[in-house]
Amino acid sequence: MDSKGTQLTIAEDTRPGSTLPFTQPVLQAKRLVKTYGKVVGLDGVDLELFQGEVLAVIGDNGAGKSTLIKCLTGAEVPDTGELWLNGRRVQFRRPQDAKHFGIETVYQGLAVSPALDIASNLYLGREIRRRGFAGTVLRMMDTKLMRANAKRELDRLGISTLQDVTVAIENLSGGQRQAVAVARAAAFGSKVVILDEPTAALGVRESGQVLDLIRRLRDEGIPVILVSHNMPQVFEVADRIHIQRLGKRAAVITPTSHSMTDAVAIMTGASSG
Amino acid sequence: MSPKSPQSSPATGASPASGTVDLATEFLDRSTPLGRVRNLLHRYPALSPGIVLIVSLIVFGIVSPRFFFANNLSLITQQVAVVGTLAIAQTLVILTAGIDLSVGAIMVLSSLVIAQTASQNHVPAVLALVLGLLVGLAAGALNGVLVTRLKLPPFIVTLGTLNVFLALSLLYSNSASVIGQDIPALITNTGNTFSVGGIGITYGVVIMLVLYIVMAFIMTQTPWGRHVYAVGDDKESARLAGISVNRVLLSVYVAAGAILAIGAWIQIGRADAASPNAGTDLNLDSITAVVIGGTSLFGGRGTIWGSLLGALIVGVFRNGLALAGLDVLYQTLAVGVLIIVAVSLDQWIRKARN
Amino acid sequence: MNSTARRSSARRAIATLSIAAIAALGLAACSSSGGTNSSSSKVGVALIVKTTTNPYFVAMEDAAKAAAKKDGVSLTLAAGKKDGDATTQIQAIEDSISRGDKGILITPTDNTVNSAIAKARKAGLYVIALDTAPDPANAVDITFATDNRAAGVAIGKWAAAQLDGKKAVIGLVDLFSNQVASVDYDRDQGFLAGMGIPLNDANKNGDEAPSGKYTGGKGGDYVIAGNQPSNGDEADGRTAMETELSKNPNINVVYAINEPAAFGAYEALKAAGKEKSTILVAIDGGCTGVKEVSQGIIGATSQQYPSQMAQLGMEAIVKLAKTGKKPTTSAGLDFFNTGSKLITDKPVDGLPSITSAAGTQTCWGN
Repeated sequence: MDSKGTQLTIAEDTRPGSTLPFTQPVLQAKRLVKTYGKVVGLDGVDLELFQGEVLAVIGDNGAGKSTLIKCLTGAEVPDTGELWLNGRRVQFRRPQDAKHFGIETVYQGLAVSPALDIASNLYLGREIRRRGFAGTVLRMMDTKLMRANAKRELDRLGISTLQDVTVAIENLSGGQRQAVAVARAAAFGSKVVILDEPTAALGVRESGQVLDLIRRLRDEGIPVILVSHNMPQVFEVADRIHIQRLGKRAAVITPTSHSMTDAVAIMTGASSG
Repeated sequence: MSPKSPQSSPATGASPASGTVDLATEFLDRSTPLGRVRNLLHRYPALSPGIVLIVSLIVFGIVSPRFFFANNLSLITQQVAVVGTLAIAQTLVILTAGIDLSVGAIMVLSSLVIAQTASQNHVPAVLALVLGLLVGLAAGALNGVLVTRLKLPPFIVTLGTLNVFLALSLLYSNSASVIGQDIPALITNTGNTFSVGGIGITYGVVIMLVLYIVMAFIMTQTPWGRHVYAVGDDKESARLAGISVNRVLLSVYVAAGAILAIGAWIQIGRADAASPNAGTDLNLDSITAVVIGGTSLFGGRGTIWGSLLGALIVGVFRNGLALAGLDVLYQTLAVGVLIIVAVSLDQWIRKARN
Repeated sequence: MNSTARRSSARRAIATLSIAAIAALGLAACSSSGGTNSSSSKVGVALIVKTTTNPYFVAMEDAAKAAAKKDGVSLTLAAGKKDGDATTQIQAIEDSISRGDKGILITPTDNTVNSAIAKARKAGLYVIALDTAPDPANAVDITFATDNRAAGVAIGKWAAAQLDGKKAVIGLVDLFSNQVASVDYDRDQGFLAGMGIPLNDANKNGDEAPSGKYTGGKGGDYVIAGNQPSNGDEADGRTAMETELSKNPNINVVYAINEPAAFGAYEALKAAGKEKSTILVAIDGGCTGVKEVSQGIIGATSQQYPSQMAQLGMEAIVKLAKTGKKPTTSAGLDFFNTGSKLITDKPVDGLPSITSAAGTQTCWGN
């Protein structure tokens, strides 16, 4: 497979929700390249994410999934290539930049602070300060408001197992921690929510809850990028599937156009899609 | 997705697959009385040092009738003032999972600058204090820059700057101390007492307490305080949450420097002198206070008030044993035992999640 | 996690806690039985030395303990964690006031303990400085000490006589470079004065002319190779001597602040093959040092008497408490001189000395 062969054009029928009018992608990456010394992480990758879809990114270990996600979220800076958000060229030099544009990410490894409570974690890095003197001069946080908001956000996402937002993260199960991380992304991700292997450490039941959360986000109109190893889950929830292979995009398929076997064949290079 | 903390994997494996999950029963193991105690200590880290302090006050009160004399209580607060102040700075650094071996050296350097400029160079007292503060800020900034820019471990950085600042102190002072009568009254005033209910309180102790109140407020009520905890808890998580880790770390060391300069002012009043040899063990003493106060050396856990309790416990033990006529070596022994107990307790509390 | 593991970790924690509790209570208990009882009529005395890592101060403590037993004094011992630890001394002074002691015997670290001493005197305690006079000397009621300058003069005279008119190349192994202590300059400058070398400021090390003529013994030319700090320590003494030897390999007279430093200097000289040709003098008279004199490692040392200081100090406070009589200073000095004796196995005419064999009878430490 030569490099040109991977540059698939997006066929009309692979776009989600054919009821939607054809629009520009919400988030688009063009020819991203990222190398670590001599190791090529990304070798000219393109990616498009459209309004109201769940785009799954799959690929073998070392195919460049995590690197791609990091470049989309500012955790890594690509060597070359462009990022476009709603038709505007953007550059992310650190995670704050992506957050600033409404891109929220749940990283592999959670990125929550175990000793802090749920509400503090939801608002970590963007604490709400009180109004007036206490907030502006004394820089006091409005803990009460943040807790109330956190509670509301969890309720909105249907996370019923987290009733007390003052419980420290370390007291939660893996699924509950994941729920907090997803809730944080959902609460602040006004444009895009990206989830990197959100169910890897979870049991069946907890995975189901996270997949429900993903669907709920999509239903609210927020496009989601889901990186996962778990093929059944991907085919259960994704609208389109971006297949990454050897640092390049090998193909973009949909759960209806291809079977899981097809997807694995593309991932491993047995088929070019 | 692999959870960061090792405790969580067994928890995940054991999580029940039926019904709604009840946090209270599943994760806050309240099944045994011991478990309840542990959870309480986990939730309120200042509780165990608080209990130790009260118990030791009672024991020493019984052993030595002079222990509760007003003069003696006043004495304990005075003996704790400098270490207690340095412990605030140390707490900040330890909360970020760092350690500052240079606290004593920075305090000494700052105290010498204050005393010398005021006595030898006849700088007005207020200006001398400002100069001391600037020295503290600069020294803290140096630590912070080395930790954040050169990415060196804080232990190594402050081990280096400890020696640098001590040498600077000796060079600057010509190894001579400045005695109180040569220093303007405003500066040595921190050692003067006023009486509250018969107990003499020095202004230095008041300054220390004010610092505790201010820092406790900042750590619990402001975004910055929360970011300090987050950075110490998990640096990468904090970074991904959008916190500028380096900026937080740098500000912690600078803030520590400012607190140490205030500590220098208290020290001059306390000793009624500024001496280049005053602070040699204060780094370890301040770490002792912080650790006994329940702050975890691994960062992210602990309270400012705990360190005051820690400093008071050490002060009460030393004074109580001295009043009972025991050799200083036994005091050192007792403090050593206290440290080990405190750290064991911390480990035990943190195992609560297994 | 399974419950047995949890239970065993809990058991371990309980065990740790109970050990700590027992230890703390044990300390408190033995203190109440063996320590001071302030309500009794016993005279309370605190002995505060610089550090207990030095056998010199241990000798003081032992003598004080013996005297306390004899006179029925309740004695509390305290010491800095290391040389220069004024903070611990200040706390010990304050604790002594709180305890209601009658007097304090102290080897003051430096003048930063002065204001604590002043507090003690104001509270009615009688404060005696041992070994080292504070600066200023009137910060305490009286000092019981060796006349360090006289001790230095004695070894200086002895060294000059041994030279027999040869040129002296002198290495000075002092105590500190980072602080000024009277014992440091009294001994160093006393030694030089004994050699008959003109001093500049008699209370300052290293400011005399680096070369010139000495008048002691038969007189002759001298060169001072340099001053190096030893912290009174063997390892640092060796480093100090090595530094001086690399500055001037012709050194043939070495003064050391005390015997451990002298032994360190000896090792450096031996490594350079100069231990036989060099005259090595020190001050202290510890048992190890006296033995080194008998072995010819150290040429001469001035023996001082720390046990005397502690014992006489204790007696003075007891006497004051019982009769109200205060001790007085030695004639011509601003302190009570507990004396020193020159110990050498190569006596010089006109210079009183005792042999190392005799010195062994009166030495301190082991």
